[in-house]
Amino acid sequence: MPAISMTVNGEKVCGDVEGRTLLVDFIRGNLGKTGTHVGCDTSQCGACVVHVDGKAIKSCTALAVACDGAKVNTVEGLATNGKLHPMQEAFREHHGLQCGFCTPGMIMAGIDIVKRKGKKLKEETIREELEGNICRCTGYHNIVKAIQAGAAKM
Amino acid sequence: MYEFEYHRPKKLADAVKLIKSKKEGKLMSGGMTLIPTMKQRLASPTDVIDLSGLGNSGVSVTKTKVTIKAGTTHAEVASSSDLKKAVPALAALAGMIGDPHVRHKGTIGGSVANADPAADYPAALLALNAKVVTDSRTIEADKFFKSLFETALRTNEIIKQIEFEIPARSAYSKFPNPASRYAMVGVFVADFGKKGVRVGVTGAKGSAYREKAMEKALTADFSADAIAKVKIKADDMNEDIHASAEYRAHLVGVMAKRAVAAAK
Amino acid sequence: MSDTGIGARMLRKEDHRFITGKGRYTDDINLPGQAVGYFLRSPHAHAEIKKIDIKKAEKAPGVLCVLTGEDAAADNIGGVICGWMIHSKDGSPMKAGPHPVLAQGKVRHVGDQVAVVVAHTMAQAKAAAEMINVTYKVLDANVDPVASQKRGAPQVHDVASKNTVFEWEIGDKGATEAAFSNAAHITTLDLTNNRLAPNAMEPRAAIGSYDAGEDHYTLYTTSQNPHVARLVISAFVGLAPEHKLRVIAPDVGGGFGSKIFIYAEEVVCLWASKRAGGVPVKWVADRSEAFLTDANGRDHVTRAELATDKDGKITGLRAKTIANMGAYLSTFASSVPTYLYATLLSGQYNIPNIYAEVDAVYTNTSPVDAYRGAGRPEAAYVVERLVETAARELNIDPAEMRRRNFVQSFPHQTPVIMCYDAGDFDASLNKAMEMIDYAGFEKRKAAAARKGKLRGIGFSNYIEACGIAPSAAVGSLGAGVGLWESAEVRVNPVGTVEILTGSHSHGQGHETTFAQLVSDRLGIPADQVAIVHGDTDKVQFGMGTYGSRSGAVGMTAISKALDKIEAKAKKVAAHVMEASESDVEFKDGSFSVKGTDKKMAFGEVALSAYVAHKFPTSEIEPGLKEGAFHDPTNFTFPAGCHICELEVDADTGVTEIVDWVAVDDFGNVINPMIVEGQVHGGIAQGIGQALTEAVVYDEGGQLLTGSYMDYCMPRADNLPSFKLGFTNTECPSNPLGIKGCGEAGAIAAPAAVMNAMTSALGVKDVPMPATPQNVWNAMAHLREAAE
Repeated sequence: MPAISMTVNGEKVCGDVEGRTLLVDFIRGNLGKTGTHVGCDTSQCGACVVHVDGKAIKSCTALAVACDGAKVNTVEGLATNGKLHPMQEAFREHHGLQCGFCTPGMIMAGIDIVKRKGKKLKEETIREELEGNICRCTGYHNIVKAIQAGAAKM
Repeated sequence: MYEFEYHRPKKLADAVKLIKSKKEGKLMSGGMTLIPTMKQRLASPTDVIDLSGLGNSGVSVTKTKVTIKAGTTHAEVASSSDLKKAVPALAALAGMIGDPHVRHKGTIGGSVANADPAADYPAALLALNAKVVTDSRTIEADKFFKSLFETALRTNEIIKQIEFEIPARSAYSKFPNPASRYAMVGVFVADFGKKGVRVGVTGAKGSAYREKAMEKALTADFSADAIAKVKIKADDMNEDIHASAEYRAHLVGVMAKRAVAAAK
Repeated sequence: MSDTGIGARMLRKEDHRFITGKGRYTDDINLPGQAVGYFLRSPHAHAEIKKIDIKKAEKAPGVLCVLTGEDAAADNIGGVICGWMIHSKDGSPMKAGPHPVLAQGKVRHVGDQVAVVVAHTMAQAKAAAEMINVTYKVLDANVDPVASQKRGAPQVHDVASKNTVFEWEIGDKGATEAAFSNAAHITTLDLTNNRLAPNAMEPRAAIGSYDAGEDHYTLYTTSQNPHVARLVISAFVGLAPEHKLRVIAPDVGGGFGSKIFIYAEEVVCLWASKRAGGVPVKWVADRSEAFLTDANGRDHVTRAELATDKDGKITGLRAKTIANMGAYLSTFASSVPTYLYATLLSGQYNIPNIYAEVDAVYTNTSPVDAYRGAGRPEAAYVVERLVETAARELNIDPAEMRRRNFVQSFPHQTPVIMCYDAGDFDASLNKAMEMIDYAGFEKRKAAAARKGKLRGIGFSNYIEACGIAPSAAVGSLGAGVGLWESAEVRVNPVGTVEILTGSHSHGQGHETTFAQLVSDRLGIPADQVAIVHGDTDKVQFGMGTYGSRSGAVGMTAISKALDKIEAKAKKVAAHVMEASESDVEFKDGSFSVKGTDKKMAFGEVALSAYVAHKFPTSEIEPGLKEGAFHDPTNFTFPAGCHICELEVDADTGVTEIVDWVAVDDFGNVINPMIVEGQVHGGIAQGIGQALTEAVVYDEGGQLLTGSYMDYCMPRADNLPSFKLGFTNTECPSNPLGIKGCGEAGAIAAPAAVMNAMTSALGVKDVPMPATPQNVWNAMAHLREAAE
């Protein structure tokens, strides 16, 4: 089994994985960080979105071994010293979540949108950019508002 | 997923050596199709050779020509400022593939080698008269896409880069499958001036193809009206729960007209 | 109004854990030594099982045990049941076929569970499952519900001749026939209510754990009603008596009905844990498995007719519906197309004569049961499509048509059981029309036409019945359970409060809204209130969360328990302050004695109750804890008006929703922010039904929409932002005056979209979902006209 190491939320971690171990399984299983979720098996729902080397990817469609040496950020790593990330805060303030299952992926996707598209986001842009994230509870109405507000405060 | 051995060579030559030495090796360039396929146990390679270690990425644009290295992600293609100036249609196309997260991982080489009948790039490669440069030869797009998931690539052949001349104007118009967001029909129109107009279509048939009747009409008169009368036959169009053959044939016409109108 | 009381837009207490990745869903739980369960499922829609050879699989690496239906029968593991008895017109009881937890003798849909492999890892379990050799005799599949009753159709269950579960009726047939004979105009529609997959984003999961030392089972599961799961698994499956089974539903990632039901996998995980020697067994569905096995929703084929007089007054409505139950009767399946559907066929209208027949049929498809709205979206669709179509046929403005027929006085007894207790249907219609600028529609339509877009507008004036109750009434209609709710209020000596409730949030925000009620009543901050739910060891009993019942029923139970707390606290306070009990007043969190400056905060009274120094414990027991069970006197009747405006691309058939107004009457609202969120989500699901979603099987019973590659979930770019408004007629049947809001959007939306769609295209009907393909087909007449 290949031994891998990576930096997850700023912490150096290592582990033995099989070639077939998915990044999401490494994060949830080996590291016990269960904030990253799996909602589908065809790379569409986006519940598993994490950042690898600064870019949002679907951790259900990435091999852990291929992320050897990478910097990985998950939803657990967003708050610093107990202070929520503006995007987390915005989801709460704008009721951008209900059951909470898609939320970590949505928040990670939201932050990635800001990185690529800037802090002033139009509703239309946010809706287009959320193509890879499915929510069944909110009708996206408040998610869009939350990302717009969170972006402005980032 | 079945177990396999994972390799991440740093040099193209090593990758070639590896794929040749393995019984059932599979090349991975992004893995956006390969990983889901393996997860469903529909593919069971003994070895996966990940090409992401080759560092083979980047878009370069000269006055007349564009070269995109095989490992360039869709996100990189979509955001290349040089490409946006030279061939905005192709940058826009790359920005329509999958979703932002998929675009961060998926590559042009992976997509072209996989030759999904509903992938976007094949339409562009055909319309742009692109050349697929591999570790051992150069293949013209017209000869590259054979049929459903089948290309002219030999087993163990690795794509290095995609090259094409810059057209005078071009556009891509996509009708996404409502569920998967793959192209249900996608039409890429490229106007090369005196060298004529080329029209690449994806999603509609078993493999991407050129709509030659439209090319002829557009070479004579590059306008949406010029192709209004071109009849698209439904005979060999794909048919599924999302679109009938007739509807797909109709959409080829509509998307082509929209692409022509939008070409720049 | 305080910041945390009733009516406040209080931010959710549960959010912190969800936005920081600290939610605790079933799949996040791992028990020591845990093994995985993997289900081998049928690849065939309909087949006899001739032989299952598990020998090789049993010996495969890492395998703890392999179990089949034979083992279940040998261990007396009963099947899962349907808990609502429906009788046919002829008085005969419904024909429920057996539903074993692992197939016995026959498989009846693709995905039917055939065997379970328990192994240390998922890879080992999957590898072993590939070694199981099942010999099938493949049978013809019965997939089409309409054809299923015809002679020669393949029989799904021996007990149900012609695949018919029941042939049920409601209403006065003779009177309705007479109304139609005398009608000036009859509007007829053939409607298909498309089959939907609920698609909670958290797939179902279960961990079964057997403790041999205590002979006790624990089940962690994705359930909307853990107590009902325990009841069914104990009383019907017979796995263990209730005191030997604990069911825990931790955070649940959405349900929409699909997690009400008791599924075979939950039972198998428990049983397999015992068979594997007490090793906990965990199963987590992947999405493909969810598509094959989660109970679906809707799936009705209906001929509906509306009789009107010459002035557009409705004189009668009749409907004949074939309801597809799938291969097995799921937990509440039989109630959905009967008492949750046809009892709402009066809509918001005064319709003197209604008659409906419903045939429920088996097919070789996954089971169908309640999905957000459950029967009521189907009813609203029938009524609202009929009324709108009749208005067009009679050349009456659709709003005016509705006004002429609205129920105007309450209570109003409909001909189909329901007695509407309150409402103001004109108010919601008028407000919605104003919000969407109905008067300006023609101008907008003309502007759209200039861009090649066909613009349409459609109304949906829905009514629904929530908080299914009272128990005696639902019992007389066939329910196997009572539909009350329980609550316990535990006041701690320091004055903080724990609420134990039988409701169970799976996204609705109970931890917030229930705390708001307590904060309001006891005058303490909401952060001093904890909500305990989802664990049968903690909460004594409860009926769970579905049917928009947790507010109207669950919170009323809490309110009743709070009444008792207040009454007892008053007694305690009277003794401590040496006053007469009748002179003690409780307001804003403090007890005071009339006409004096004597005062005690709620927390002080709580402490006094526990130290018990200053009152006679022979008269007043120490402590401050009260419980209540609440059984409502009636259903509640949320209602409202949704208006959809959409544009269709004439070239492609692509539809864009360009405006949406929803004006709802939910009675009193506890937390407007949460209620708005519920409406948004419901509308999105309703738009999904109307435009994008459908479960499709091929003729052989293979599922064609088995993943998100083919089942089209609405994404952010399919939907607009929604404009919401509210009216309020307080609900008279509960002290809080609340009606329920969870399902309204899903009930209202499909008819609004399709009325707008048919208005845009100038056609009578477009089948749902109105995908670009279906819309393009429906525009054939426009293309012909253009040629």
